[in-house]
Amino acid sequence: MFKLIIRRLFLGLLTLLAITVLVFLGTEILPGDVAQAILGQSATPETVAALREKLGLNAPPWERYFTWLGNILAGDLGNSLANGVPVDRIVGQRIVNTINLALYATVIALPLSLLLGLLSAAWPEGTFDRMTSSTTVFFISIPDFVIAIVLIIIFARELGWFPSVVHRPRWGDVPVALGQTFLPMLTLVLSILAHIIRMTRAAVLDVLKQPYIEMALLKGAPKSRIIIRHAIPNALGPIANVVALNLAYLVSGVVIVEVIFTYPGLGRLMVDSVIFRDLPLIQVAALVFCGFYVALNITADVTAIMANPRLRFAK
Amino acid sequence: MTRFAGRTRSKRARPRPDGWAWAGIVTVAAGLLLAVAGPWLAPHEVGAIISESHFEAPGVNTVLGTDMLGRDILSRLLYGARMTVGVALAATVLGFLIGMAAGFSAAEIKGRYDDFMLWLADMMLSFPPLLLALIIIASLSSSLPVLICTIAVLHASRVARVSRAVAMNIAALEFVEVARARGESLVSILVREIWPSTIRPLAVEFGLRLTYSILFLSSLSFLGLGIQPPDADWGSMVRENLNALQTGTYLAVLLPAFSIAILTVGVNLIVDWLGAQSGRSISEELTG
Repeated sequence: MFKLIIRRLFLGLLTLLAITVLVFLGTEILPGDVAQAILGQSATPETVAALREKLGLNAPPWERYFTWLGNILAGDLGNSLANGVPVDRIVGQRIVNTINLALYATVIALPLSLLLGLLSAAWPEGTFDRMTSSTTVFFISIPDFVIAIVLIIIFARELGWFPSVVHRPRWGDVPVALGQTFLPMLTLVLSILAHIIRMTRAAVLDVLKQPYIEMALLKGAPKSRIIIRHAIPNALGPIANVVALNLAYLVSGVVIVEVIFTYPGLGRLMVDSVIFRDLPLIQVAALVFCGFYVALNITADVTAIMANPRLRFAK
Repeated sequence: MTRFAGRTRSKRARPRPDGWAWAGIVTVAAGLLLAVAGPWLAPHEVGAIISESHFEAPGVNTVLGTDMLGRDILSRLLYGARMTVGVALAATVLGFLIGMAAGFSAAEIKGRYDDFMLWLADMMLSFPPLLLALIIIASLSSSLPVLICTIAVLHASRVARVSRAVAMNIAALEFVEVARARGESLVSILVREIWPSTIRPLAVEFGLRLTYSILFLSSLSFLGLGIQPPDADWGSMVRENLNALQTGTYLAVLLPAFSIAILTVGVNLIVDWLGAQSGRSISEELTG
């Protein structure tokens, strides 16, 4: 088992490395002459050449890559092109905001979706299952921003219960912050709920098809006991896998939600910096997001390995 | 015997669409029709400012009202249909061409080449899609070719995995063996022997990928990184009219938003119907 897990961790590390190469290519090599971009079109060729020398742009690409990677690993993230502020000062609070929002959504979405998924699996093709099934198809099919807009119109504009913009979430005062970020949270919940419900249902139904469940049924065990004692423990692995995958999905969901609600998180920062081509900011935001994404995917695979006896004892 | 087998197979192959499937088929057909004919049906040019009042109510001078610059919403929706459907379709088809070429050849050639292709696909699948797109757009700027290629690349790795799995089974069949013995070229084996047998299993995947294209393109446009003004697709129309939410004239936002939703729900209804036959479900879309 440890061999498999270590192999998976190693692969994850390789992926991270590949991501740094991609980010470097996308933000340092492809956009063209950074010196020219900083100085503007009116700069004389001499000043551009001088700045190129100063920034080390004349070195071969692979050498620049290692210098760049070394700087980032050492915590030197560079300055924003827009206002010259060090990137780590801009990014810090943004990361905290994004994590808080994602956690809020997770805490609400997980128990709710697991319960609904279990209930659908308990009576497959029953009224409840049919209802959740058609509702989830609907929610999987529509974009997150459409969900957000409908929520804003109903709860912010018509009913006036919650704000539709969150310029300054006050996470120091939790009850206030939970109200402020209620609509962004609800959007995220609705966008992952359907996936988790459907996959939980599939995982539990898969277990219910096994011979030992039939055995329990023939012994006369009541349905509740079969599901709680026999089905759930064996479906936990696949379900944990689903959960980690969905949290990874939150990584992109949160970008869109932050833009709609003008929430000061890392996602909106990333989109703004892509629009204004503030390359140092893009690099850091992209690396942080990708890091989370890769970490969650590894978690998904490792839980799957640990939960499956066949993989657990694989050579 | 063969006749009997043939009959049962064709019966199972074409179960009648139920009510929901018909709704999906009609929706998608309407979307395709609008994509082709939209710009001709539009009463005004896409960028034409036809009214001095912003967010004008429907029925005053126009059928569906005006947007934040006083442009005709109906005309922009019709032009937008071509962008949304056209780009999504182009990206999906391109992604399938790349993915199927990689997947089929991996299944046929096997060995080191297969290992390499699998590794490449897994590597690409471990990138977060939206972030990958943002990095590409940050470095190359947003344009139609960049958008189509970006979305196609995102599809290609998953399509490659699926088509490889499907083609593996077919490449082992006798008629492909015969074709090899006949000395058919690799391209001929892939295109003439393997491809025709994979159309049905891959149809579900195509539907899933098409939905994903539409959602992804709309999201990029909504973020301001997709279709650029003066052109419009439904996602960018939602973005530019967001102020309407503050003024209480929701129609300018809701019309393009619901257009996207209706189209993707329509595609997924067909996918669900096709998937019910092959035992796949749309929740598998998640992993893409």
